[in-house]
Amino acid sequence: MTGAQAIVKALEMEGVELVFGYPGAAICPVYDALRGSRVRHVLVRQEQNAGHAASGYARISGRPGVCIATSGPGATNLMTALAGAYMDSIPLVAITGQVATSLLGRDVFQEVDTTGAAEPFVKHSYLAARASDLPRILKEAFCIAATGRPGPVLIDVPVDVQEEELDFCYPDRVDIPGYRPTVKGHAGQIRRACQLLAESARPLICAGGGVLTAGAGEVLRAFAGEAGIPIVSTMMGIGAVAPSHPNYMGMIGSHGVRSANMALRRADLLLLVGARVGDRAIDRQSYEGGGVGIIHIDIDPAEIGKNVGTDVPIVGDAKTVLEQLQEAYAPVPAHRSWLMLMQQYRDRGEEPSAAGAGGIAPQRFFAGLWKLLPEDTILAADVGQNQIWAAAGYRGERGAFLTSGGLGVMGYSLPAAIGAKLAAPGRVVCATCGDGSFPMMMMELGTLMQEGLDIKLVLFQNGLLGMIRELQDRHFGGRHIAIDLSGGPDFVALAAAYGIPGLCVETQAEAEEGIRRMMETPGPFLLVCKVSPQEDSHGQAVL
Amino acid sequence: MKHTISVLVENHAGVLSKISGLFSRRGFNIDSLAVGVTEDAGISRMTIVVDGDDYLVEQMEKQLNKLIDVIKVKTITPGQIIARELVLVKVSSTAAQRGEIMNIAEIMGASIIDISPTTLTLQFADTAEQVDLFEKLLRQYKIREVVRTGTVALEKGVDTIDQKVRKF
Repeated sequence: MTGAQAIVKALEMEGVELVFGYPGAAICPVYDALRGSRVRHVLVRQEQNAGHAASGYARISGRPGVCIATSGPGATNLMTALAGAYMDSIPLVAITGQVATSLLGRDVFQEVDTTGAAEPFVKHSYLAARASDLPRILKEAFCIAATGRPGPVLIDVPVDVQEEELDFCYPDRVDIPGYRPTVKGHAGQIRRACQLLAESARPLICAGGGVLTAGAGEVLRAFAGEAGIPIVSTMMGIGAVAPSHPNYMGMIGSHGVRSANMALRRADLLLLVGARVGDRAIDRQSYEGGGVGIIHIDIDPAEIGKNVGTDVPIVGDAKTVLEQLQEAYAPVPAHRSWLMLMQQYRDRGEEPSAAGAGGIAPQRFFAGLWKLLPEDTILAADVGQNQIWAAAGYRGERGAFLTSGGLGVMGYSLPAAIGAKLAAPGRVVCATCGDGSFPMMMMELGTLMQEGLDIKLVLFQNGLLGMIRELQDRHFGGRHIAIDLSGGPDFVALAAAYGIPGLCVETQAEAEEGIRRMMETPGPFLLVCKVSPQEDSHGQAVL
Repeated sequence: MKHTISVLVENHAGVLSKISGLFSRRGFNIDSLAVGVTEDAGISRMTIVVDGDDYLVEQMEKQLNKLIDVIKVKTITPGQIIARELVLVKVSSTAAQRGEIMNIAEIMGASIIDISPTTLTLQFADTAEQVDLFEKLLRQYKIREVVRTGTVALEKGVDTIDQKVRKF
């Protein structure tokens, strides 16, 4: 068996059904080995999107997403997706071709130092030196990607190693002396956490993406419900708690909702669960911390104490630790009145502004959209104003919210939606984006059609880069530069060129009708919503 | 404050670049880094000296621990440390100065390892502070070249970095 065949065999043994990729000279042996394999290959239109699609696939399937690219430009194109998956803790296994071992370091055609370039934003990487190492490397890569704090693992394979013969023997376990993730929380820290919770008058739970990764949503909801503690989430934590959960106050942060940020300010104890609370979630400069303290649960010890000081660090899997907490904790009746206070504050929140800047009001649009979306819909949101509108308007009771939270990659939503749809063909998948992000990924309409995927696309068109316009208004005295997107195209015509039906709507009434048309039309659909260039991402949020 | 961190890592290609890359991108400024194989050929040991506060050292330990190739990280407490650094110094020396320089070497416990009509090369091993002193003493002569290994350190007494991870 050759190295390339060993890679494909290993994918099969790991239960991989689907890989996303783009071929090139240095990865041809692997592609040849994929022929006739039960591993299905999805051809994307640019390597970055192979990574994003694998990310969407991983987030919905719960298994590592696999992407393949060639050496040089294939690998460098993949970098953004690897960095995004690293920031958002998504399990990926990326396989890249590399020039032949004898040519390494000679700057030959399509050679870059792929492992060197990716090093700051992969969980681990390998440069395979010989084919006989490949079974161990693949086994380790899948283990490292999926366990502990998940993340991308890169395997760079020189083309001669892909062609080298080996005796295939797939290890049944891994032995990595430096890798032993902690799962169970320290009993002493659990006790201290319970004490602190009991001392607190106004405790607050902040759910991050780690809650979703650990599958801890149910136990979190149960714990908060029994304990009578309000919950807020970070952007990555959206979906951990159903929007209608009585304890849920919404998303915190610079683009969060008022009730959530109010809860954060008033709380005297913060229980962070699987959240690294980056600068957009909690501003370290202005956040003073609760009077009683901060309890931080995270599987990655390096996140604890990094962005906010911590009084009780608990390293472990969010689900396991929350179960431990649930068992050890005796609810404090007085917390109920604090919860009720916050609930009243939240429920007093104003209605979505009718039409703030004229035209379609994004929040009303999302309210209308969610009326027709099933509650388990997967919503892939892009980056920019549309991301904030989608996050604030999220209503999926049992759904999933996929977005590039940490890295903020424009052009994430469509490829991620493609991956998600392939992972869950039975669920409704909707991607929302702006007229800035859409052109960064519109080549993937080809992938969508080739795979015959029913994905609903919503494009907010305001003719400019809205988030940058806001920044230029607020911090640069309204001096606008490089935000004008008046070059087109006609997006509905563009979709039609791919054979995708579409509709452009300009008023709220048209939007309601457009949403209905989109949901009634079988297969993919592009709904272009004209939004005023003056429309802001702030002040829209309601819950 | 100076902290000395010992790190056991898997001994294969690319590990050093992963660790040095981590320092630069996280903004950790290190005073010295020394690396060599241990009694187990598959494991290398690094000794890193860093100047910073407790937050920085904690972050550094945690970020090092995240690297898959890192097996064990331990900060050696100041009272428990035995540390040495080796320096080679090539100084200009006329025949008349030779005696003076040899006198300094003798007092400090350094040795002369090379001699030429116009230079002497000295070897000295001690704590980083003593090495600084030694270098300072030789500055009155023209120093042609200096090379320092960076500090290597172990703990006093029977304690080792971690018996459990050793493969022997």
